[in-house]
Amino acid sequence: MLNTKLKLGLALAVSVALVTGCSSDKQEEKQQSVTGIDKNPFPSTYQKIDSKPIVINNVTILDGIGGKIEDGEILLQDGVIVAVGKSVRLPSGAIEIDGKGKWLTPGIIDNHSHLGVYPSPSTRSHSDGNEMTSPVTAEVWAEHSIWPQDPGFQRALAGGVTSLQILPGSANLFGGRSVTVKNLPNRTIQDMKFPEAPYGIKMACGENPKRVYGAKGGPMTRMGNVAGYRQAWIQAQEYQTKWAEYETELEAGGSPKRPSRDLNLDTLAGVLDGDIIVHMHCYRADDMGTMMDVMKEFNYKIGTFHHAIEAYKIADKLAENNVCSAMWADWWGFKMEAYDGIKENIPMVHAANACAIVHSDSDLGIQRLNQEAAKAWADGKRAGIDISQADAWQWLSANPAKSLGIFDKTGSLEAGKNADVVLWSTDPFSTYAQADKVFIDGAMVYDRSNPESWPVSDFELGQIAEGDAK
Amino acid sequence: MNLFKKAALASSIVIGLSLSASSWAENIAIVGAKIHTVSAAGIIYKGTVLIKDGRIQQVIEGTDVPSGYRTINAEGKVITPGFIGAATSLGLVEVSSSAGTVDAQAEPHAISTVGAALDVQYALNNDSTLIPITRIEGFTSAATGLGGSDQLFLGQGAFITLATTYQPVLKAQAFMKLNVGNSGVDNNGGSRAALWVAINQSFDEAKFAKSYAMDPSQNWLGLTTMADAKALIPVLDGKMPLVVDADRAADIVQVIALKKRYSNLNIILASGVEAWRVADELAKNNIPVILDPESNLPGAFDQIGATLENAARLHKAGVTVVIGMDTHNIRLATQHAGNAVANGLPHSAGIAALTINIAKIFGMDDQIGSLEPGKVADLVIWSGDPLEVTQTAEQVFMQGEQIDMTSRQTKLRDRYLKRNALKPVGYTRP
Repeated sequence: MLNTKLKLGLALAVSVALVTGCSSDKQEEKQQSVTGIDKNPFPSTYQKIDSKPIVINNVTILDGIGGKIEDGEILLQDGVIVAVGKSVRLPSGAIEIDGKGKWLTPGIIDNHSHLGVYPSPSTRSHSDGNEMTSPVTAEVWAEHSIWPQDPGFQRALAGGVTSLQILPGSANLFGGRSVTVKNLPNRTIQDMKFPEAPYGIKMACGENPKRVYGAKGGPMTRMGNVAGYRQAWIQAQEYQTKWAEYETELEAGGSPKRPSRDLNLDTLAGVLDGDIIVHMHCYRADDMGTMMDVMKEFNYKIGTFHHAIEAYKIADKLAENNVCSAMWADWWGFKMEAYDGIKENIPMVHAANACAIVHSDSDLGIQRLNQEAAKAWADGKRAGIDISQADAWQWLSANPAKSLGIFDKTGSLEAGKNADVVLWSTDPFSTYAQADKVFIDGAMVYDRSNPESWPVSDFELGQIAEGDAK
Repeated sequence: MNLFKKAALASSIVIGLSLSASSWAENIAIVGAKIHTVSAAGIIYKGTVLIKDGRIQQVIEGTDVPSGYRTINAEGKVITPGFIGAATSLGLVEVSSSAGTVDAQAEPHAISTVGAALDVQYALNNDSTLIPITRIEGFTSAATGLGGSDQLFLGQGAFITLATTYQPVLKAQAFMKLNVGNSGVDNNGGSRAALWVAINQSFDEAKFAKSYAMDPSQNWLGLTTMADAKALIPVLDGKMPLVVDADRAADIVQVIALKKRYSNLNIILASGVEAWRVADELAKNNIPVILDPESNLPGAFDQIGATLENAARLHKAGVTVVIGMDTHNIRLATQHAGNAVANGLPHSAGIAALTINIAKIFGMDDQIGSLEPGKVADLVIWSGDPLEVTQTAEQVFMQGEQIDMTSRQTKLRDRYLKRNALKPVGYTRP
């Protein structure tokens, strides 16, 4: 009985997904009008900053998808990259920037940040990252916790970070929705939401959920964790089926009874529908192996394993299942599931043709992700994994953009994409490299040489050392 | 050499509490590298290090080697003294969280009310995997102490070698730890109004204890236990450095005032996020600073003035800067120093912050911290600038011995690089 219903639900879900699959605004509206559910109740109010056209020339360019251009040029205009190459046209009135000796890359995208939800200063009042009241809290959304005045955003900007995903913490099996933002904090969180970026959901494997809930009704073991995910997916499937049936009957002109809404299951069903991307905190190879089977059992997709300390042990399986790994260069040992960390994790995942990402999970680490990539790149090289710098930059921009579902908009230097770009003082694989200028949607939003122009959060205004070289 | 032999050999190298260089060791000449002597000799751009009996015999310009040395070609490489972990819990922790006993974290015990009596010299385990993981990255010794306790003082730390030995302690009771920042305050009365009075009281009791018969037959009704008071006497006398964690300028001013109140105190400031704001005062009072130069966020209201230029500004004011606050990844102190250099610290000061400055503040500079004749031959051949994230320690020497450059991490790497897919992974033995 259940099986039939499930199958029906899945079939309906697929047909619904096909209708809304290309997700143009019109179709989204139509779907909303049928069910009455607003799928985007907190729409982005992000506005790019107007800028004159900008041409940067004489610069070493890493295009973020494996290409390197010496003495190259780029034209940024109307918020997008118009052209990249050996030579681009110079529109009248364009600002010209001499890039001699400097390097140009796509803006860094950190797909694992808690800026705003665990802001600085770290106080209990602003500690809003983990809804540690129940192991399944897919109903909460990180964007409702984010404090845009976290000075961490400006620090990350000075490190060349142009977009980031902000996630709930890892205490829960299902921690809630994440949100992807442009690194231009403003008065409200909606002001920085990355337009049209899909939502993500934070899930967590292993030690954290069992540590937090072991004495609070469970789960208290890894097997309890897995039972928890599966039970939740079963409920989500039922919910999905109910709504799909409702929708079908409505579309056929009937007047079915409206199922009751559940915010938790809304999000889980969104995952099963393929609208919400799974970001799963998972360290151990065996935990990841189990989760890839749960993924198949319930026919959803895990976009990225985060932290993935042991990804190198199963890089072939990650490639086979097309799951990304977001990793640190060398963090290890702070708990048992981080004990087997090695410095070659990232290049070993890359070498297996799996999707490798450098992430931070840290308000300090996010400021120098280029150095994290540089370490991994160099360690790989010494272990016989020879990856070009141009290819390695995929870990910082293209692959995180893919993992967030925004690679059609940003993450590489290609014509038509958002002009999210960093001009580095030198080879960004050096400790001594600094982000000289950072551009978001074609506007210069950070200029190291002009301290007067540096953004300062409300929190730091009027405090000691306001506007200092941070 | 099998493991047992290696361990036995190594333990015979370090006897007692001294760095006794191995007299049987071969004579080695490392030839042609750029050498940071971290001494008055400065940088030798193409030179040779002569090692004899486990000690630095001489560092000379050029590549002419006297006879009787095994030569190691290091042209194009960089040589530094072995780096030193400045603020670690190495040997006291394997896995930090939910993984059994962690000696780096002490819980209340009757022996101590204010924490001063605690002593990590008995808690060290040099079989910890952290030791080889750290030393193959160019770190040959470290100051190690408690990372946490709920008490006022965090006990007495030790100075250790990162060689394979059952007796890693080079100096026991090498320093006393104290935290007067927000986290210290939270555990000690919740206000500086309580914390500082307790600190003063503790030192006053130690002063009293100097001329009191400290045995169980006597009455002792102090805030401190007898063991605490005894432990604080060498601190009071300036024989044991006092490492004080403080971040906000107002706290650092109190630390300076403490030094004036108890004039023999040998104070080392640690963390020091806002130290740059009182840099001149620190310089004037000869207080060095151990810091993390990457701390540039207001993590709490006592760190509002955080900046990446902290190290550079302190150095410019004449303060001795030391870099390196971590345990599992103390090896990243090179990157931290590099970032300090990227933000204004002279490169030579960055190298000194990882070597001689640490040796000096812990009173080990007669043995280690620079490449000078007579010092223990703890040194590192680097692929290039050690502060560059893409460079690495290619060969480490400890007490004149070329060490095995493997660790549990390199073994895990090699197992999975060479994995035989036809058999369970346990059969791949790298």
